[in-house]
Amino acid sequence: MSVKAAPAPDNLVTAVVRRVLFYALMTLVAAFFALPLLWLVFTPFDRHPSLSVKLPEFTLDNFRMLLQNPYALSSLKNSVFIAGGAMVMVVVFAALAAYALSRVRIPGRDALLYGLLLLSSIVTGTAAMVPIFLLMFQLNLIDSRTGVSLVLAGGLLPAAIFILKDFMDATPRSYEESARVFGASPLQVLRHIVLPIARPGLATIAVWALVNAWGDFLIAFILLRDPDKSPAGVVMYTFYTEGGQANLPLISAFSLLYAIPVVAMYLFVSRRYGFRFHGGIKG
Amino acid sequence: MASIEMQGLTKTYPGGVTAVDGLDLTIVDGEFFALLGPSGCGKTTLLRTIAGLEQATAGTLLLGGRDVTTATPGKRDVAMVFQDYALFPHMNVQDNIAYPLRIQKMALGERRAKALETAQGLGLEALMGRRPGQLSGGQQQRVALARAIAYRPQVFLFDEPLSNLDARLRLEARTFLKRLQGELGVTTVFVTHDQAEALAMADRMAVMESGRIRQVGTPSDIFHRPINVFVANFIGSTPMNLLPTVVAGAGEGAHLMLGDVRLPVPATAAGLLHDDGEEVLLGSRPEYTDLSIEERPDSLSGKVVVVENLGATALVSVETGGQIVKAVVPEGEEPRIGEPAWMTPQHHRALVYRQVDGLLVARNRESANDTRTESVTA
Repeated sequence: MSVKAAPAPDNLVTAVVRRVLFYALMTLVAAFFALPLLWLVFTPFDRHPSLSVKLPEFTLDNFRMLLQNPYALSSLKNSVFIAGGAMVMVVVFAALAAYALSRVRIPGRDALLYGLLLLSSIVTGTAAMVPIFLLMFQLNLIDSRTGVSLVLAGGLLPAAIFILKDFMDATPRSYEESARVFGASPLQVLRHIVLPIARPGLATIAVWALVNAWGDFLIAFILLRDPDKSPAGVVMYTFYTEGGQANLPLISAFSLLYAIPVVAMYLFVSRRYGFRFHGGIKG
Repeated sequence: MASIEMQGLTKTYPGGVTAVDGLDLTIVDGEFFALLGPSGCGKTTLLRTIAGLEQATAGTLLLGGRDVTTATPGKRDVAMVFQDYALFPHMNVQDNIAYPLRIQKMALGERRAKALETAQGLGLEALMGRRPGQLSGGQQQRVALARAIAYRPQVFLFDEPLSNLDARLRLEARTFLKRLQGELGVTTVFVTHDQAEALAMADRMAVMESGRIRQVGTPSDIFHRPINVFVANFIGSTPMNLLPTVVAGAGEGAHLMLGDVRLPVPATAAGLLHDDGEEVLLGSRPEYTDLSIEERPDSLSGKVVVVENLGATALVSVETGGQIVKAVVPEGEEPRIGEPAWMTPQHHRALVYRQVDGLLVARNRESANDTRTESVTA
């Protein structure tokens, strides 16, 4: 608001109406995103779970029922194994590849990177499912959790390399050269200098890979046969009542358990590393 | 402590660019040596080649008599301070200074003690726990120096050590660096594009142009007797006046004609000009050009067009015969703009360059050019 001159009444009315409309719109958008979250938090504790959001009549029966389900808890373990494996592979391989691509000059490097990124985003999991299935079949990795991990990591790697290369590029070469002049070996340079500086980038990639692999349904659904090996995303799909209806008590309780690790990890990493980057020198 | 010897040292990049071209140069043990040149002249490449960050494509490099031409950087026993200081942002000052010792596998306690000892020498002990991002430019520079000193190398290499500091700090750092180098007595090579920095700090310096050394000598040598027109123009806070003249007569009786004006041959070239009608450049620094507002013999007459105040002195531009000649006069003696003025190059300090190849006409070229430098220039 200007102090010098009071706005003309016309302008004032327009300004107020605009402000009101803006807040109304924001409220609508906020509600749109808040409702599913409220459902996720309230419904698991409701005696009569339904698809509407309401304050629960408190009970823990839903969780008790979930614990009696033979696949629920083991599926979470499978998820940890599959998503954790994919995450480790993505971080390790993407870090090495991004560092190499950032430092070594080879002809067609950028074309290679963009090509990888483009192909991996156009040829998505669904479109590539048949060749992937055949490939895994020939590798004898059908019905194997390691196989699922590998396929997930492969799908995430191009984008991870692309993002991490930016972090590596932002690290001045003089840091490494300085260490080399003092006699550091390439591996020491990587361990002492490059990785610690790229840590926020690595943390970002780790969370992103974990979230993606944790939420996967299709690849695990197609590549795994044995329900004992299925991850949580696939097991949730089997929660139906005898009548063929979705089993809302089970689904809602399981959804909450399924969501908590990812949210917790995301908060932890974001609190710990954020997107800060220690600059080189300032003035 | 070690000398640095280069023989035919050449660095050609894969693209075909030759950054360092067949260099022969010896830097004496304990010397503070400057590599000076315009950007792109190869001075930084030369420094990086000494450090081992670039591989020489031809020639040999000896450090303290040891052939290190193909040795990896870590095996050369040199420490380099980078232009951006290259302090590791995720380590505090103490760990930065102790890093070279960590590579040498020194125990944690011992290397911390050594780092503290080095830091105390540079007045950094109060900053040991800080990260580089929390330091001023001058402090960062001293941490980078401390890290290099902690390594106890045979040779220090500084890449543009002052260019990241602001103007006032730069002067301070200049004095500080010169004193530090004197105290440590370690052979030091530094790169700069600033002629004033090189003149002020170096024991000896090399002026480089397009991958070759044009002149090597003490700052005073190079300031007083630049070997060719390029060096003459590059050294000095104001470029040298270069007046196109023609030799008339020969030997002892020769003089120089600038249009109709007859000028004596300077003492530096007396008796050396034999070709009647040869075109030469009469070089005279503005600092060594006398200006008078009264008519004088053997001088150039003209009109004052610009007076620039330099503080204790003033730089006066005089237009004479279609070209500008500059002279430095003490404060209080500046002529007014539009006044007539007479300029006389000082007889013992003016120099003569051949128009054909731009080389200095001197009695004893070896004295002005005390190493085996490239003397045939394009």
